[in-house]
Amino acid sequence: MMLVFDIALTHVRSRLRQTLVGILGVATGVGFSVMMASLMEGSQHDFIKQLVDALPHISVTDDRRVPPQQPAETAYDAVDYRSLTVETQRRGIKNPFAIMAALEGWLPGMVAPSVQTKSIIRYAGRDLAVSVIGIDPRREKKVSQLVTQMKAGSLDDLYKASNAIILGDGLAAKLGIRIGNNITVTATGGQVIRAQVVGLFHAGVKSLDESQAYVLVKTAQILSAQTGLINELRIRADDAMKARELASLVEAQTGYRATSWQEAHEDLMSAFQIRNVIMLMVVGAILLVASFGTYNIISTITHEKTRDIAILKSLGFREDVVRRIFVLEGMIIGLAGVLLGWLFGYALCLGLGLVEFKSGFTDATRLPLLYSPRHYAIAGGVALFASMLAGYLPARKAASVHPVDIIRGAS
Amino acid sequence: MTEIVLEARHASRILPGEVPVTLVSDISLAINHSEFVSIVGPSGSGKSSLMYLLGLLDVPTAGDIFIDGQATKALNEDRRAFLRLSHLGFVFQFHFLLPEFSARDNVMLPMRALGRLSEAKQKERAEDLLAQVGLKDHAHKRPDQLSGGQRQRVAIARALANDPQIILADEPTGNLDTASSAQVLAMLRHLVDEHRKALVIVTHDLELAAKADRRVTLIDGKIVADERIAQLAGVAG
Repeated sequence: MMLVFDIALTHVRSRLRQTLVGILGVATGVGFSVMMASLMEGSQHDFIKQLVDALPHISVTDDRRVPPQQPAETAYDAVDYRSLTVETQRRGIKNPFAIMAALEGWLPGMVAPSVQTKSIIRYAGRDLAVSVIGIDPRREKKVSQLVTQMKAGSLDDLYKASNAIILGDGLAAKLGIRIGNNITVTATGGQVIRAQVVGLFHAGVKSLDESQAYVLVKTAQILSAQTGLINELRIRADDAMKARELASLVEAQTGYRATSWQEAHEDLMSAFQIRNVIMLMVVGAILLVASFGTYNIISTITHEKTRDIAILKSLGFREDVVRRIFVLEGMIIGLAGVLLGWLFGYALCLGLGLVEFKSGFTDATRLPLLYSPRHYAIAGGVALFASMLAGYLPARKAASVHPVDIIRGAS
Repeated sequence: MTEIVLEARHASRILPGEVPVTLVSDISLAINHSEFVSIVGPSGSGKSSLMYLLGLLDVPTAGDIFIDGQATKALNEDRRAFLRLSHLGFVFQFHFLLPEFSARDNVMLPMRALGRLSEAKQKERAEDLLAQVGLKDHAHKRPDQLSGGQRQRVAIARALANDPQIILADEPTGNLDTASSAQVLAMLRHLVDEHRKALVIVTHDLELAAKADRRVTLIDGKIVADERIAQLAGVAG
């Protein structure tokens, strides 16, 4: 093997300038691939993190995946029903506190009750439709990042006024509301309350900051015109990534629909998947183009070294040994390119990390980058494989050289 | 002792094509240990083609080549390559040294490929062989730093690297001046006399051919004469 390596190294050294160009080609490919993967996955992670922080990991709501059967459907064996007077179901989760206690017995995480209502906020003659969420501040602290997201006031301030409300800072900015202002909240059922703004939060996700408000559970129940109503259990799992599995267990136990954050943003997850496929294709294309340079160099070397190949074969070198020489040459160029590319990629990421960036979607101020050894391993592995392939094709041709043809030609 | 080390039995080589070309036809030739055989003939008579067949660089279309009694035609290319590496040494008209390697590294190539000796022994043997061909002080030089005669002597040292029984030389002095030719020839003769190698030389040079023990004359791919030089000298005398 050392002999093969020595010959291969001698060959690539003999075409130093071309070899350097090849190495730089691979290095550029690897460097940009690492940077791109780091940027793409970094932004994805950043976005998911914001989502995960802003929302409960699992939301148990008072509806079911399959609508409950009407009494007539169970009583009669009919093909179809017309003009049926449906049974009105009482809103909310039945025995919510018993369910919470049961879940807390086994669930790796915390549970908090909430009341979700849709309302219109009126201030200074302007109206905005918002989601008003009734929470228990003491429990809410354990299931969401709301405490850390408070820009002004605190969750406990909800206890300080009779109808206290905390608004998203985007929402407040839209209506020109400040702390201490009184606003009118009108529920979809027609209930109207006057509420005092006691705090502002900033989740970092624009859609939430402009459309959510928090009140005490009791206040939300007044807006819903139903005392004792709890229509959502908010769960924060110890491991956010296991939310999907936990949600199905919760749903099986409670019978209520349990939606994990992944399911709630399925469309976004699919978009990320498509984005990842596109990223892999672009990265693959970059590395493939880089490998053309390697192919070109190895082809030139095999062409120039045809006589040497004939000598080696006439001496008794087997075809596979000759083939290995040129494959190894491709790998030497590839390996040098990968090592250099890793450094280049890291430097690019460091450089990009310094760039200031403002997104309308989230409030990241720097480009979100994810430093992962996986990116380096994938880019390096693909580049090495491409280099090996780029060496293999001319190597196969070189190994098939018939020494007699060359020796005859020389003499 | 007349032990046959290399033999062609009814060997023919025909290049296929619309009009097949016969390179050599029905060649039967046995070469013994310590025998110096020259193959002569006009250009295009099939001398080199015969040498390529004897050196297992080419495969006969009919007949067979035997190395140490072993038929080779049916062997696969890897096995034939191994026989070339272990049993045969080549010296070509052009030295065919690897240009980026030193003289010593060139001589070590066949030993490294065969892998029978340790690296230290390979170096020692390469230096010893270079000393034998008078290039002790040139071991570190690359081919472009050596004269034509010196390069050819490195090629001879390389041919001896794995101590083969048979040396095949194709116009080994064809590119050398008279003094270098005489040196190379003396070395080749030495291989036969002192190292008991079988030596087959393909040459145009009748003077060189006359130094052999036996002269085989080829015309149009066929052996037309196979004579002992001593007999020829007797006839001439």
